[in-house]
Amino acid sequence: MREILYRDAICEAIDEEMERDDRVMMIGEDIGFIGGNFKTSVGLLDKYGDLRMKDSPISEAGIVGMGVGMALTGLRPIVELMFSDFLLVAADQVVNQAAKITYMSGGQASVPMVIRTPMGAGRSSAAQHSQSMQAMMAHFPGLKVVVPSTAQEAKGLLKTAIRDNNPVIFFEHKMEYSNKFMIDDVVEPIPFGKANIVREGTDITIVATSSQVMKSMDAAAKLEKDGISVEVIDLRTIVPMDRDAIITSVKKTGRLLVVDEAHEKCGIGAEIGADVMDDVFYYLEAPIGRIATPNVPLPFSPALEFPIIPSVEKIIVKVKKMME
Amino acid sequence: MDKKYSKEQLIGFYETMYRMRRFEEEVFEFYKKGMMPGLAHLYLGEEAIATGVCAALTENDYIGSTHRGHGHLVARGAELGKMMAEILGKEGGYSRGKGGSMHIMALDKGILGANGIVGGEIPIATGAAYTAKYLGTDQIAVSFFGESASNEGTFHESLNMAAAWDLPIVYVIENNLYGISVDIRDVTKTIDIADRAKAYGIPGIIVDGMDVIAVHQAAEEAVKRARSGNGPTLMECKTYRWQGHHVGDPAVYRERRDPNEKASWQERCPVDCFKDKMIEQKKISEKEFKKLEDEIEAQVQTAVKFAIDSPYPDPSEAYTDIFA
Repeated sequence: MREILYRDAICEAIDEEMERDDRVMMIGEDIGFIGGNFKTSVGLLDKYGDLRMKDSPISEAGIVGMGVGMALTGLRPIVELMFSDFLLVAADQVVNQAAKITYMSGGQASVPMVIRTPMGAGRSSAAQHSQSMQAMMAHFPGLKVVVPSTAQEAKGLLKTAIRDNNPVIFFEHKMEYSNKFMIDDVVEPIPFGKANIVREGTDITIVATSSQVMKSMDAAAKLEKDGISVEVIDLRTIVPMDRDAIITSVKKTGRLLVVDEAHEKCGIGAEIGADVMDDVFYYLEAPIGRIATPNVPLPFSPALEFPIIPSVEKIIVKVKKMME
Repeated sequence: MDKKYSKEQLIGFYETMYRMRRFEEEVFEFYKKGMMPGLAHLYLGEEAIATGVCAALTENDYIGSTHRGHGHLVARGAELGKMMAEILGKEGGYSRGKGGSMHIMALDKGILGANGIVGGEIPIATGAAYTAKYLGTDQIAVSFFGESASNEGTFHESLNMAAAWDLPIVYVIENNLYGISVDIRDVTKTIDIADRAKAYGIPGIIVDGMDVIAVHQAAEEAVKRARSGNGPTLMECKTYRWQGHHVGDPAVYRERRDPNEKASWQERCPVDCFKDKMIEQKKISEKEFKKLEDEIEAQVQTAVKFAIDSPYPDPSEAYTDIFA
């Protein structure tokens, strides 16, 4: 084990995959010379050269579209979008092209492309640089959606994403980039669709994504002191979703709380709640709960921003209420 | 100007154009008889362009196509029966009925797909050109699109990147004057779209899109430029579509400016005029034309029969090919 910054774990995953497979390349804004806006590709331009580590103009639809074309013709591109909000600038290429080409072609074609992009609030980046688009992306058939938690998870899941033969939207939480984590010396690819039970418990199941996994773990440690035993599931991937892991856990605990940072309306909590209801209804001792970002745009001022996004305190309050 | 062409080449031009013509006429018949689900956008009148351009390519090159894509596919040698079956939504189609007229793909012919989004395919074809440069092959890509796609952002983004990086690609505009009902002259100051090439620092050329020889000669130059590493060319072919935007569009909007507009373009029919000229110049005899047309008629009728006889896909097929 060793200590590592989250952003360096991302960089290692890219580096190792580029070293392993010379068809892997990356294109994006500011990824080359300065090593990425969030420093996730430092040193890779020098190591792999301009053709494989391509600084692009500010043309999100263009670079995602080029990624689709590269993927159709034998490369395995990683396209970095500097903020996940920019997925909407490139939405046609993501949703109408990348996600649907395998289907529309009757299985003739595959699009092995990863779109890496930072998500989430907490930096006073306001309404156009703070969104969490995972629920929206998961809505469209044909995209895999990854929401890693720790540096170890991010590295292992990114390796899997790069090796996957489908378009993968890989969300990195921007509040984690500068955080330190312990990581294995060698990180193997982590399979998609297999949730990780990061804490076992008997009273309530929390299904969490991305940074909310760490917040849920903090909350669980505090709740233990109040005699509440929390099971925490790191969902890892929203598409594909490991519903069996959720169902098994909820049958044991009798309670389910979903914590995800996307907006509440039509969000991950609503989806998971409805998806597992048929299987867990008669085991539930409380209504399914959800913590999400309310349906307001992300505000600029920290005085407004922090109160609306999910937090350890909110999780504790919600769990206690569900235990009443 | 025809001296450089062998008889085989001239016959080849006519064969391809006539095959497109008869194919599209049969598609129109399907529509009129109520046999076709949805719609199709016919290539009638524009045959010289795909024929001339694709004759300048090798079998390893790539093309990106559009909603008006049947002609491009025929020019690349796609199988008529599988195309026709796809247009009817049948199991025997290229995508087993999942794509339809606007999404026919034949990767084995280098066809990256027709595309239902105007301008959607331009960056995808550009990505294919990037792959060729990346892998160091001598392949090139051709991106076909209409004049109205040149007002989409992807046109600008793609041409800018292809020019900046000297990508091996030829952008072929089929300027048929109308984006559905809107006359390009009413919404665009630049009458010759080729003029926009100056803004990207690449050659822009205007070609008579009704003359297969003119198209082929221009395409050969542009292809040579791309293949030798000198970057993209914007090639604008002036043309006209015989029918409305799609089958069933009466195209009343075309009478506004000039009641004789359609008739004057039809006098320059790329298929008939080429044939007349060849007979007049004694390059190909009427008898030879008749033989060729009979052969093509048989091919087209075989394709029609194949499509009609092909069963519809099983409803369970809707749930396959979502992921590779």
